[in-house]
Amino acid sequence: MNYFPDEVIEHVFDYVVSHSDRNSLSLVCKSWYRIERFTRQRVFIGNCYSISPERLVERFPDLKSLTLKGKPHFADFSLVPHGWGGFVYPWIEALAKSKVGLEELRLKRMVVSDESLELLSRSFMNFKSLVLVSCEGFTTDGLAAVAANCRSLRELDLQENEVEDHKGQWLSCFPENCTSLVSLNFACLKGEINIGALERLVARSPNLKSLRLNRSVPVDALQRILMRAPQLMDLGIGSFFHDLNSDAYAKLRTTILKCTSITSLSGFLEVAPFSLAAMYPICQNLTSLNLSYAAGIQGSELIKLIRHCGKLQRLWIMDCIGDKGLGVVATACKDLQELRVFPSAPFGNQGAVTEKGLVAISMGCRKLHSLLYFCHQMTNAALITVAKNCPNFIRFRLCILDATKPDPDTMQPLDEGFGAIVQSCKQLRRLSLSGQLTDQVFLYIGMYAEQLEMLSIAFAGETDKGMLYVLNGCKKLRKLEIRDCPFGDTALLTDIGKYETMRSLWMSSCEVTVGACKTLAKKMPSLNVEIFGEGEQADCYVEDGQRVEKMYLYRTVAGKREDAPEYVWTL
Amino acid sequence: MNEMTRNERESSEERKLELRLAPPGVENWFNTSNNNKQRAYDYDYDYESKLSLGNFLHFPSNKAIVVKGKESSSSQTCCPKSVELQNGDNKVTAVSNTSQKRTAPGPVVGWPPIRSFRKNLATSSNSKPSPPESHTQQHNKVAGKKPIDNFGKGLFVKINMDGVPIGRKVDLNAYDSYQNLSSAVDELFRGLLKAQRDSSSCGGNKEEEKVISGLLDGSGEYTLVYEDNEGDRMLVGDVPWHMFVSTVKRLRVLKSTELSAFTLGTKQDKIPT
Repeated sequence: MNYFPDEVIEHVFDYVVSHSDRNSLSLVCKSWYRIERFTRQRVFIGNCYSISPERLVERFPDLKSLTLKGKPHFADFSLVPHGWGGFVYPWIEALAKSKVGLEELRLKRMVVSDESLELLSRSFMNFKSLVLVSCEGFTTDGLAAVAANCRSLRELDLQENEVEDHKGQWLSCFPENCTSLVSLNFACLKGEINIGALERLVARSPNLKSLRLNRSVPVDALQRILMRAPQLMDLGIGSFFHDLNSDAYAKLRTTILKCTSITSLSGFLEVAPFSLAAMYPICQNLTSLNLSYAAGIQGSELIKLIRHCGKLQRLWIMDCIGDKGLGVVATACKDLQELRVFPSAPFGNQGAVTEKGLVAISMGCRKLHSLLYFCHQMTNAALITVAKNCPNFIRFRLCILDATKPDPDTMQPLDEGFGAIVQSCKQLRRLSLSGQLTDQVFLYIGMYAEQLEMLSIAFAGETDKGMLYVLNGCKKLRKLEIRDCPFGDTALLTDIGKYETMRSLWMSSCEVTVGACKTLAKKMPSLNVEIFGEGEQADCYVEDGQRVEKMYLYRTVAGKREDAPEYVWTL
Repeated sequence: MNEMTRNERESSEERKLELRLAPPGVENWFNTSNNNKQRAYDYDYDYESKLSLGNFLHFPSNKAIVVKGKESSSSQTCCPKSVELQNGDNKVTAVSNTSQKRTAPGPVVGWPPIRSFRKNLATSSNSKPSPPESHTQQHNKVAGKKPIDNFGKGLFVKINMDGVPIGRKVDLNAYDSYQNLSSAVDELFRGLLKAQRDSSSCGGNKEEEKVISGLLDGSGEYTLVYEDNEGDRMLVGDVPWHMFVSTVKRLRVLKSTELSAFTLGTKQDKIPT
């Protein structure tokens, strides 16, 4: 390859797309590193504190698309105190200063201020796509800036963010000559929007393929929008609450017949009972159905709807569907690849799913590769059956609501069941455990889970050996997150080199002490070791023997971060 | 565990009252061979009704869970607080070192692991978009003061009782029926009421704590009423539970004899604090 001119090599590199492959290219030799960095357009940074924005910008001057993740995963479950970090502003500032022609920014679990959105909107002439997932810190004013200033905006996708809604006219801020929208998702916004502005926006966006509304959009507006956008492929319905006898509902039913392009349906944040029948005509085209926000739908209605959805590949629902309902899914949805079953509200008492539902699914849906399953109980026998039926799992996340519940039939821990899963599913990359578990399950994981990249553990294990089995055995482990387990200093310190091969380690409510964390930090300067409590002052950790409430460590080339709040102690 | 002497158990309890967040006797905890008493949980649970918050208590974070069986009364002397789990059938006592935090049966932070976005869904579905006040919990931007997460967002309402100057707050999402709420009210105020009586009787007559019963049917000394979202004062128990939860703003435990004296159902009469 050294005899080829750079242009030829560049051309070849164009075909190398995945991040890990591009990373590999850059390690081959100096000239490949040089060529790669000047042609790299998409960069993924799994931990925003692993590298400084300045260094990113310096290495990849041709950057077009940046993906950043901020807070540790357990922040989703309120385990990370407010203000911990993950601020996007320094990144946008650095990118703006450098004249990088940013076109796409995808953020997850980051703190995004209105100032950063405003700066973003003014700094990049060709900016096309903003995707924010589980972020916080901004208001609809920031969105207004993006709408107003990003002339070529194609995608504004807000997923499950905490947005302070000023009920302003942010939607009206899209200029009249903005006709480029392809995807608009504001389902997570809680406030009212200007319905007229929305309808006009849809009317002048011929390329609009994906539209997800929030609950403030009433059914009559929905109907008018669907009339104007028959080309929609992905629809998120906000409010489906209406009088079944009304004209609006009748009109909607007719209009839906025209929406033959819709393959993905979600939302139903508010829904009138028995109204889902209006959706039956499009069910046969659906490959993706997300009813996990629809707390108002009864299990029986869900089941009726799903019977029509023969082509489903992805299904997100709530557990009110029950085991029987999952049996229906297993019969109807033979192409199912991804299933998520979320728990209903505690005072719903509506029905529950158990191991029986999962077994039924595994028997009918042989292509299943991704699972997130909240249930009331699980048995080893069921897990063994599932492992046999579905050896193709890539993601297997089981959450038994009673976190340390054993197998109710045998009163045994669930070690054997999960052991069967890791043994059978050789491509398993992500695993979340729950139920009563001893060190044995970790022995199995270390032995068999060769492709495992992410492991989540809670209330499990007996001794340090458990954690060590995992650290020693799982060669591809990138993220390990542990809460409320009896793993302590020995487990933490036995193989410290391992952490440089991983993105991050989270341990909370375990047995790790301050002294051990200090030792680790001292021996491994390439790691940031952060310890903190429930928003307490950092200097409450005086004694080395004191147990650490929360520890988060990650590899980094950026050194200790400057933006940590007072209660975070970077050792 | 039960082989330990009383002293050993007490000092081990003290150890467990430290910042420990693991179950007691961890090495032996999964020794499920013969000794049923080592099990922390009773498996006769009726699992259909498990969605109430009380069930999320069955694991050890922040609490040293100890099987006490018949010794539950004696355990109260060595541990600050003993909390009966909600189901009547179970024989388990969750013992928690709650001297710092006062809790009704409290959920574990961050369990089950679902995003707060989902937890708010059920309380706000099938109704008009909630007023902004109900979302302030989520939008609290003061550093370090983000509220501890509850499954179901924690619907805390004030509750005052006649004759007791200090009110309490109760999380309605922790209950799934009027019966459970009534029992909780009894627990919350029984001790306070007794303290009031003792102090007013010049400390001479230390009565037994009296159970506060008949809150819902008018048969007891006290009756439970509430103020709804329209400002009206209503008797508790007329509407389905979930409807009650969605309209209740605060609760009050009135003396039944004084019930007719109040003008029920008008906006002018604010419940005095």
